[in-house]
Amino acid sequence: MSEQIIHQTAAQMSADLASGSVTAVELANAHFDRIAAVDGDVHAFLHLDREGALAQAATVDASRKAGEKLHPLAGVPLALKDVLTQKGVPTTCGSKMLEGWRPPYDSTVVTNLKKAGVVILGKTNMDEFAMGSSTENSAYGPTHNPWDLSRIPGGSGGGSSAALAAFEAPLAIGTDTGGSIRQPAAVTGTVGVKPTYGAVSRYGLVAFSSSLDQAGPCARTVLDTAMLHEVIAGYDPKDSTSINAPVGKMVEAAKKLDIKGMKIGVVKELSGDGYQAGVLTRFNEALEALVAAGAEIVEVSTPSFEYALAAYYLIAPSETSSNLARFDSMRYGIRIGDDGSRSAEEVMNMTREVGFGKEVKRRIILGTYALSSGYYDAYYGSAQKVRTLIKRDYEAAFAKVDVLVSPTCPTTAFKIGEKSDDPLAMYLNDVATIPINLAGIGGMSLPCGLAPEDGLPVGFQIMSPALKDELMYQVGGTLEAALESKWGKPLYASAPELAVK
Amino acid sequence: MAAISREEVAHLARLARIEMTDAELDHLASEMDLILESVSRVQGVAGADIPPTSHAIAMQNVMRPDVVVPSLTPEEALSGAPAREDDRFKVPQILGEE
Repeated sequence: MSEQIIHQTAAQMSADLASGSVTAVELANAHFDRIAAVDGDVHAFLHLDREGALAQAATVDASRKAGEKLHPLAGVPLALKDVLTQKGVPTTCGSKMLEGWRPPYDSTVVTNLKKAGVVILGKTNMDEFAMGSSTENSAYGPTHNPWDLSRIPGGSGGGSSAALAAFEAPLAIGTDTGGSIRQPAAVTGTVGVKPTYGAVSRYGLVAFSSSLDQAGPCARTVLDTAMLHEVIAGYDPKDSTSINAPVGKMVEAAKKLDIKGMKIGVVKELSGDGYQAGVLTRFNEALEALVAAGAEIVEVSTPSFEYALAAYYLIAPSETSSNLARFDSMRYGIRIGDDGSRSAEEVMNMTREVGFGKEVKRRIILGTYALSSGYYDAYYGSAQKVRTLIKRDYEAAFAKVDVLVSPTCPTTAFKIGEKSDDPLAMYLNDVATIPINLAGIGGMSLPCGLAPEDGLPVGFQIMSPALKDELMYQVGGTLEAALESKWGKPLYASAPELAVK
Repeated sequence: MAAISREEVAHLARLARIEMTDAELDHLASEMDLILESVSRVQGVAGADIPPTSHAIAMQNVMRPDVVVPSLTPEEALSGAPAREDDRFKVPQILGEE
């Protein structure tokens, strides 16, 4: 039985729970069995909260039995990226710095999940403090792509995307500062959404780059992603950048399956040189599917995008150098060298040397440099101005079209270790995902096929104007339905079988 | 010519409170040079009339109502402390002995 349940969509699990053909406890156990069977190879999870998950599932089952009205996702399991706090459950951010830390409070995302009755199975692996595109920067070892275990599952949210692709969970939470939801979704054949900045509270999301960080929903289908989006989004007075506006109707938009008359802009700058041939093949086929569904495709030029990557790698490290100053070994986290002879500053220096990995140190140093007096205007100041130009490019584009589209990433999943010694090559993975973070708008990645040359998933990116996240669900839902009817099954159903232990 | 010297990287590491070995400094200095060369593309792209953007969705003076709400107990706040004494965080010495 459990083999079949875990391959369902969250929407189907929700229906099965409602009809009583399965209980939340059975569903949670089926997923824990799956994790036990495959996660030795995949390594999507850093921590499992079996006790907490089963208690939540039992509560949901009891409420259902008592005839209480429940949220549609009550009893559906979820994998949580280890950058969000969950009271009493280890939260490491993939860093040695926070090894063993159990936060004394829930993030607002977790509060909302618990309120809806979602069952949180455990915490997923990630690049340290969400800095990376491969999950190789985790202090706890890399996660492996279920499509090919020798390849990366994307990053920073590679644990969440791999958990979905390996059927270890039907829902997951990611966070996206420069593509950390969308790029992992693209390379694992799953769906991920970065909502408009401020749509989901950042309270309890351990900060990397505060003006860019945004948590979002991940799943195997557009509809499941939309259902999760509505659970986690909403105004939160605990986050001063939270948007005080009603959450849009994402589920309704995902179910519309109608894009007749919509104008869709293809971003000229996010294509061509540097993009793998098979990525472009599948991207162009998806465009044809959109045309067949009644959309009009136009080419749009956004000249400032050329500078987005450079601006991002100044802005994000600058904010990092400030945000990560909090890890000072005084109030929580590890402490190294406190033998009574050393000063607080010496202990701090030693702790940060041991606690942070290579990429985190690289970004702290880069950010410290970009913000230092004498260089501030040339680096951080210039980057902030480029940010204005990128925002204006989007505004001009959205005056002409409803949504913009591009490939999510230039290539399919690369081999573990292939780029780990070349930071600049690694940063290039994010070239198509970064612009939306700088502009604060929404973005989705959904699968558009397997690249002919390597048989690996290709991601299709949809970008919608700020606060119009429904549009990407409307277009994504329509495209997904069109492609699935062409393929005869969803893409995730073609993933190779994993060895079961 | 290198955009950034090994000595400058060592200074930045001190400012950022990260102890670094000689090997780490050597490696980072060469990497920083390449990265800075790449990101310096942003210079001169925008004219003087372009205002900087710090947050994409601009908001100003966001306040919450001034009401008392429950917060962490001392026990919860201290639960992750590397060292504690009574209801306080215990830290290594901050001032010199003399």
